[in-house]
Amino acid sequence: MSVQSVPTSTAAHASRQRRRQLRTTLAFWGFVGPLFLGLIVFTYIPVLWGFVLSFFEAKRTVTPTTFVGLENYLTLFRDRAFIQSLITVALFALFIVPATTALALGLALLVNSITRGQTFFRSVFFIPTACSYVVASLVWKLNIFNGLPFGLANMVLYQFGQDPIVWIGPPNPPWYWLVLVSVRLWLQVGFYMILFLAGLQEIPRSLYEAAYVDGASGGWTTFRNITFPLLRNTTAAVVVLNIIAAFQAFDEFINILSGTGSSNINLARPPLVYLYGIAIGSQDFGLGTAGAFILAAIIIGITLLQNRFFAFGREERA
Amino acid sequence: MSAVTPRLPPPRRPLNTGRLLGQVLTYTALVLLAILFLIPYYIIFRNALLSQPQITAFTWTWLPIPPRFENLRAILEDPTAPMLTGLRNSAIIATVQTSGSILLASMAGYGLARIPYRWANQVFFLMLVTLMIPGAVTFVPSYVLVASFGWINTLHGIIVPGLFSTFNAFLFRQFYLEFPSELEDAGRVDGLSYWGIYRHILLPNSVGIITALGLLGFIGSWNAFLWPLIIGQRSAYWTVQIVLSTFLTAQTINLPALFMGAAIAVLPLLLIFIFAQSYIVEGVKATGIKG
Repeated sequence: MSVQSVPTSTAAHASRQRRRQLRTTLAFWGFVGPLFLGLIVFTYIPVLWGFVLSFFEAKRTVTPTTFVGLENYLTLFRDRAFIQSLITVALFALFIVPATTALALGLALLVNSITRGQTFFRSVFFIPTACSYVVASLVWKLNIFNGLPFGLANMVLYQFGQDPIVWIGPPNPPWYWLVLVSVRLWLQVGFYMILFLAGLQEIPRSLYEAAYVDGASGGWTTFRNITFPLLRNTTAAVVVLNIIAAFQAFDEFINILSGTGSSNINLARPPLVYLYGIAIGSQDFGLGTAGAFILAAIIIGITLLQNRFFAFGREERA
Repeated sequence: MSAVTPRLPPPRRPLNTGRLLGQVLTYTALVLLAILFLIPYYIIFRNALLSQPQITAFTWTWLPIPPRFENLRAILEDPTAPMLTGLRNSAIIATVQTSGSILLASMAGYGLARIPYRWANQVFFLMLVTLMIPGAVTFVPSYVLVASFGWINTLHGIIVPGLFSTFNAFLFRQFYLEFPSELEDAGRVDGLSYWGIYRHILLPNSVGIITALGLLGFIGSWNAFLWPLIIGQRSAYWTVQIVLSTFLTAQTINLPALFMGAAIAVLPLLLIFIFAQSYIVEGVKATGIKG
């Protein structure tokens, strides 16, 4: 805006200012409006509508029929299958979260410690991220852990004189957990390794030099006293992202355990698989939305607890 | 999101036997782990080019020699696995969803960062609240909404709800906040409007972040499973993932065809990873702060 050389009347000035304000307002909404409108239609409205539906009976219709109060929520908590799905996913998280965090950190430390070939090894560990859960499930189910003598895992066992194992099927011993955990581990560990590598590269080199001068031998001592404490925020982020993802597990459970004439899906049914059956299969949207809100509450609760537990240093994550 | 930061070599220490041994052990571990990590891909491409008896034989065939490319015809001509339809749908969905959501997010990010609107912070806050909601959990409420629009069994029913990424808008906002304002001022002196500044000054300078977030979006879109599964129920609307999943859970007889299908589904993304990995790594680092 140019400098005013001729004094103008206050009325004209006010009108010009109003025009400029209007122009700013229009420009802002022109840029932000499309996304904001989309969020209202495709996030706010469904969540609010779903919340209303969860207090109503709504079977085979997406409009609320009869008000039932908390009945849908109570039905779910009385349903052993739903409770079992929560236990299943908690158990799954208990396996996959520590395994992913430890392996991702280990890979990052290994890759970070070498001088030649860093990019190559980083790429190799990262490239499973390109694979979909469907494709990986296919490989795990039909080859590595197919339970037949030609499956890769059983071929390896044979080399050690072991009989083939039926990996996916009998609940005892629960080998299917190995299948479910290893497929997700392979798919996601590279992603978290990248986060740890980024965290490692932010640690000032001078700290290691100082420790070396002070006589630290490197290895475990430096890891415990320098590396790990300075990776706390990265670790916290990795754990939280990992838990959120684990509680929403769906793809590998459906693709590995379900199938024509197979009852394997009964072995482990996480909440999203359960809700998929209720909402999409039986078209019971009152019950389905109630379940979705229970699961959302659990995930948000764990995230908040986790943040408090790790005492997030926000200032470092700007 | 700057270019890849140059990596400094680790501090130099006198090379003694212990350290040498350490390096040898490290490389041994890395090579063994690398082989383990590549096995699934090896199996996909090996099985895709073997015959059924070769796959199910008790002795392991290491390499598909000669490769059986007729498996490609087997999967493409299988009526129970509409692979070409799936590939076409996946390509349309991933392309439209990626370009649309990047455009909307970068516009919103620019507006939030650079246009001095009185309520900008309040609008931004209302957008950030949606990040609290775990993504997949909203599938039931979103299904209810999309069903009421009559969008079940349409491609736009799969595409449109995925166009609005608050998190990408947040990252673009951060990026534009750090953008030097001198360039913008120069544009304004030249008489450019807000749109002109965005179109001619900011967009050409955001190629890096657009590529990084765009590639991540494309990967997510191409590999998506739950949403396309519940919206595109009829086979004409299946994505390549749904085609494979249906084939996988319905019959597991034709192994070479199935693995050829898997190879086709994963190949585009493998190529992206091989040729544009540094962008993807930058994108992952940026999205990783979502805690």
